[in-house]
Amino acid sequence: MREKRRLLLKSLIGFTTMATAMTAMPRLAMAKWSKAFDNETVDGAMNDLYGDATLTADDKITLKVPEIAENGAVVPVTVKTKMANVTNISIFADKNPQPLAASFTLPEGTAAEVSIRIRLGETQVVKAVVEADGKLYTKEQEVKVTIGGCGG
Amino acid sequence: MKIKAKMKRDMAVVKVLAKHPMETGLRKDKKTDKVIPAKFIKELVGKHGDKVVFHADFGRAVSKNPYVSFSFAGAKKGDNVSMTWTDNTGETVTVEAPIK
Repeated sequence: MREKRRLLLKSLIGFTTMATAMTAMPRLAMAKWSKAFDNETVDGAMNDLYGDATLTADDKITLKVPEIAENGAVVPVTVKTKMANVTNISIFADKNPQPLAASFTLPEGTAAEVSIRIRLGETQVVKAVVEADGKLYTKEQEVKVTIGGCGG
Repeated sequence: MKIKAKMKRDMAVVKVLAKHPMETGLRKDKKTDKVIPAKFIKELVGKHGDKVVFHADFGRAVSKNPYVSFSFAGAKKGDNVSMTWTDNTGETVTVEAPIK
């Protein structure tokens, strides 16, 4: 077990150095798979993705998740919004080992509506973050999970 | 990987079902007590011709056999959409399908 941990640590360090090399690029426009996915806290992952930009809660975002998920291994999530110039939609699950579940980069002409199925380890809050006109908006909802999705 | 693409008014609606184990690297094999190595899709890119119309980065929380759907403008019936996934081991698969 201990050895495995070292290995994990090493690979994490590898990721970090790679990611640091990439921070020269503008943060908000970053589209490559980033260290944010390895971050173990929501705040950390958000900071990796968006820097210290502020998030505003907004009801113009529709976050469709089940209130109760019987099976945490397959939880359907749909995020849509009527906001203009949406460039990115990201989904966070705050109690998962790595909270950032998915991040969608949407070029011009692609609708601000995406659906995906994610795993939730336990009952927790699912958060959607929408980037529109360079500003960040968020919407969250709790999902009660009966059977967690991360066990074997 | 299965792709279903259909025109709905002026938007092409694309539904993708990728076949992939999406192992997180956090799970243990119950019998051997060994950690099952991570194997998950990191990136899924959708193209209409040469134009990138969709780009998703996945973390480990995406379910096994990932399903995603999105829609984009500027396509017409008979055009092709292609989807490409790349996982953390570098394996990559591309599938193309016509828009109905």
